[in-house]
Amino acid sequence: MPEWIITIVKILVIVFGFVMGVASLLTLVGDRKQSAKIQNRIGPNRATLFGLDIQFFKNLGISHFIADGIKMVLKENTIPNGANKFLHGLAPSLVFLPGLFGWAVIPFMDTYCTGDITVLANYQEVCSGEEKRYFQIMHMEVGLLYAFAITAISVYGAAIAGWASNNKYSLIGGLRSSAQMISYEVAIGLSLAGVILVYGTLDLNEMVRMQGHQMWGIVPMWGVFVQPVAFFMFFLAGMAETKRAPFDVPEGESEIVAGYITEYSSMKFGVMQLGEYAATVFIGSLVAIMFFGGWQVPFLYGDGFHFGTPTGTPDVAVPYALIVLLRIGSMVIKTLFFVWLQFMMRWTLPRFRYDQIMTLGWKILLPLGLANLVITALLSAIF
Amino acid sequence: MAQDIFETIDQDIHSEPMLLQMGPSHPATHGTVRFTLLLDGETVVKCDTEVGYLHRGFEKECENKTWTQAFPYTDRLNYVSPLLNNFGYALAVEKLLELEVPDRCNWIRTLMGEMSRLSDHLTCVGAGGLELGAMSAFLYALEGRELVWDLIEMVTGARMTVSYGRVGGVKDDLPDGFEAKWRRVKERLVAVHADTHKLLSRNRIFLDRMEGTGVITQEAALAWGYTGPTLRSTGIAYDVRKDHPYFKYGEVDFDVPVGTKGDNYDRYLCRMAEIEQSIRIIDQCFERIEPGPINTDDPRVMLPEKEKVYNSIEGMISHFKIVFEGIQVPAGEVYSYTEAGCGELGFYIVSNGTGKPWKIHVRSPSFIHMGGIHKLLEGAMLPDIIPTFDTVNMIGGECDR
Amino acid sequence: MSKKLIELVKKQLPDAVLDSHSRLGNDTIITSTEHAHDVLVLLFSDEKANMNMLRDLTAVDYMNRVPRFEVVYVLYSLEHRHQIIVRAVAHEDDLKIPTASDIWPVAGWLEREVWDMYGVVFEGHSDLRRVLLYEEFEGHPLRKDYAIQASQPRIELRARERDSVEEYLEFHKGEESAGSRERS
Repeated sequence: MPEWIITIVKILVIVFGFVMGVASLLTLVGDRKQSAKIQNRIGPNRATLFGLDIQFFKNLGISHFIADGIKMVLKENTIPNGANKFLHGLAPSLVFLPGLFGWAVIPFMDTYCTGDITVLANYQEVCSGEEKRYFQIMHMEVGLLYAFAITAISVYGAAIAGWASNNKYSLIGGLRSSAQMISYEVAIGLSLAGVILVYGTLDLNEMVRMQGHQMWGIVPMWGVFVQPVAFFMFFLAGMAETKRAPFDVPEGESEIVAGYITEYSSMKFGVMQLGEYAATVFIGSLVAIMFFGGWQVPFLYGDGFHFGTPTGTPDVAVPYALIVLLRIGSMVIKTLFFVWLQFMMRWTLPRFRYDQIMTLGWKILLPLGLANLVITALLSAIF
Repeated sequence: MAQDIFETIDQDIHSEPMLLQMGPSHPATHGTVRFTLLLDGETVVKCDTEVGYLHRGFEKECENKTWTQAFPYTDRLNYVSPLLNNFGYALAVEKLLELEVPDRCNWIRTLMGEMSRLSDHLTCVGAGGLELGAMSAFLYALEGRELVWDLIEMVTGARMTVSYGRVGGVKDDLPDGFEAKWRRVKERLVAVHADTHKLLSRNRIFLDRMEGTGVITQEAALAWGYTGPTLRSTGIAYDVRKDHPYFKYGEVDFDVPVGTKGDNYDRYLCRMAEIEQSIRIIDQCFERIEPGPINTDDPRVMLPEKEKVYNSIEGMISHFKIVFEGIQVPAGEVYSYTEAGCGELGFYIVSNGTGKPWKIHVRSPSFIHMGGIHKLLEGAMLPDIIPTFDTVNMIGGECDR
Repeated sequence: MSKKLIELVKKQLPDAVLDSHSRLGNDTIITSTEHAHDVLVLLFSDEKANMNMLRDLTAVDYMNRVPRFEVVYVLYSLEHRHQIIVRAVAHEDDLKIPTASDIWPVAGWLEREVWDMYGVVFEGHSDLRRVLLYEEFEGHPLRKDYAIQASQPRIELRARERDSVEEYLEFHKGEESAGSRERS
């Protein structure tokens, strides 16, 4: 099949299927059902779908979800008096698109091997046939840098949205958001520097492959074990980048009404919300890839389970199709787990004050990142 | 030195302060208040408070009604703890009449007043959590409040605007099964209180937001008229229930929580501790209450029994006169004060000897706190306004009357 | 309760006290608008009185009596736990009284309400404007000759005044301001 058809299919499945599906379902599951569970109530469970009055489906709240989506599209699209119309319309796309473009380099599985796989003693998998990239949209040797750079573009979106709304509250929100996002990009960069030092590569797929190595024969070399401080920093800074609670001062509801989203209604608002959720899923998947093994299932290699150093024949042989499914499932589950964790944090923790966020970013995370980098460099030079 | 640097920077940047209207409809100002803020970056340089968006003319209305008809108006003063307002007003009129109410009535008033205080404090603590972003704490506290309101509804028939107090007594006796229901509610209430404590009180982010913000010194608090939990958080242990006991507060055992620094966190802890003390007082009331009459039998004040009204001319005339002309309160003035949820609630009542009040002035704690709140807000940052305004607990109905 | 406070004021300012009583346990001193401020200062600063809390400040309109109005101050001492009510009688055509906001700052706020509702002018007050009603309101509603069903004329939409920094600062000139940097 020609390359371009495969690419289009990959884009459709990954971006429109997985990302948009999860991001929009989060408005139902994360915002309504999960929050309801934490807050000791039930959440939407009444509306029926096409007259089907089955309690199980009512409990899922799906009709509410569909109704919300339709309502959001059909609302009036208002532009405030005196706002810059072009910028007002441009800002949602600048917030939303980087969340989608970043998915070009996220691998859901290793390269698909059309032949047999043998696993060498140094954990390398040699493929006897052709290697096809069916599970990563674009292969870049500097994939991590690309992902990081693309998220930086969403700073423009928030700042422009705040400015173009002709509203002092939006302006405060836009200013806060740009300052916060720029500060936490420093923290992200430093945490990633430690990870890059350990794995020696910027290619995301290579990084996941390297996490299949086992340290001392028992523990897989996941990022969280070799770089725990970087995991902590990246998770925190990632939540601050995507302006999730407890870092959601730019949209800090109680202080500045809705911050830079105040003057947006209908689908522009929907697009910004989706952009925020898509970024949440993106951060979740990055954490899964860099620190939790991505598509790696512990001890599972190209031809089966190997416990300890691979010897050529697997301890438990597994058919290749099942391996593919297990690996994709592992990636999806890990991503969803971190998305769930971010939503849990949103519903339990109060919001920081703005200067406390700045203090955290510059005075605590930056020195921590530098210390982490130095110690990692020392340790990798020694070992 | 720092002044010179700032002046130089300002000359280059041409920065000027920003005028922000934190207007009457704002998600965080629960109760309608308008702050006109002059902001320098995120710091509040000047703050102008504007109240009166909920002014309904309580005092003028009451001057045209009889003494008993003023009770529904007092409900709507501090609408989260209406029973405390009712009983405060009833106490004031009874002082003018020099009337003694029976014991059981005083026990009921103490008990129901403490339930109202529970509802007030739970709302304040929950709203504090909500506005800071911890939305789950709000729902836990509101579950507690719902349980208390169920209890109040069992006795008075309404959840919020109860009109339960009367001059010389209360409207109805406690129903059967009330104490049993209280026992069940108390377990759940204690659990909710513990949950909210666990979620908020030692949460690092919550502490960062509340500690050290909205600080007021003891002298400033006294000079600007603060009472209630705000004054107690600065270290002054002034609680009307302890210092000048009324109803049965002199006979029950409770502590008055006092803070040290006068910041938001101390006010929050004071309120949480007062919730525990209220539960304690209610328990003691239930132990010590005895059956008996709930209303005084003074014929100037009390409506006669229905049999007498329908069967004897004196009863009918007495009923007619009390209802139409109102209770004839002797001429004079009195200032009577009780401890409401926000502070000291006072009633300055002037009577000219007829059945209609000449003047009822409410010394509402929320109104007076609004007079001094610019002292708490100036010099603080914009996000600090939220927890400060919440822990001072301005109730719109009480502030604007 | 005890008459010590009344004795104190009578001894130090004998011509200020027009009348006094302790009915219903409330110590009350009736004075006039000229002497009210002196009485309040005495009660605030004297150690035996030490009235550090102004509990309430209001006014009463006795419609058919010749000194028609009265300004009422309710004072309390935290230390000694005693209370006194000071009532300053005021005539309708001379409705002025010196402000008490130099003694207790909260009096400034409460006096704004009395001005709003009764029309009593407080001399020396830095910012005497309406607090509960809007600026264009005509009349003083709690006076007994203001009908309860009186209606107000329609007002025009205000221009966006006080939305510019210069006008706001002009309006509040002379007041103390806190904050990071003093601005004139």
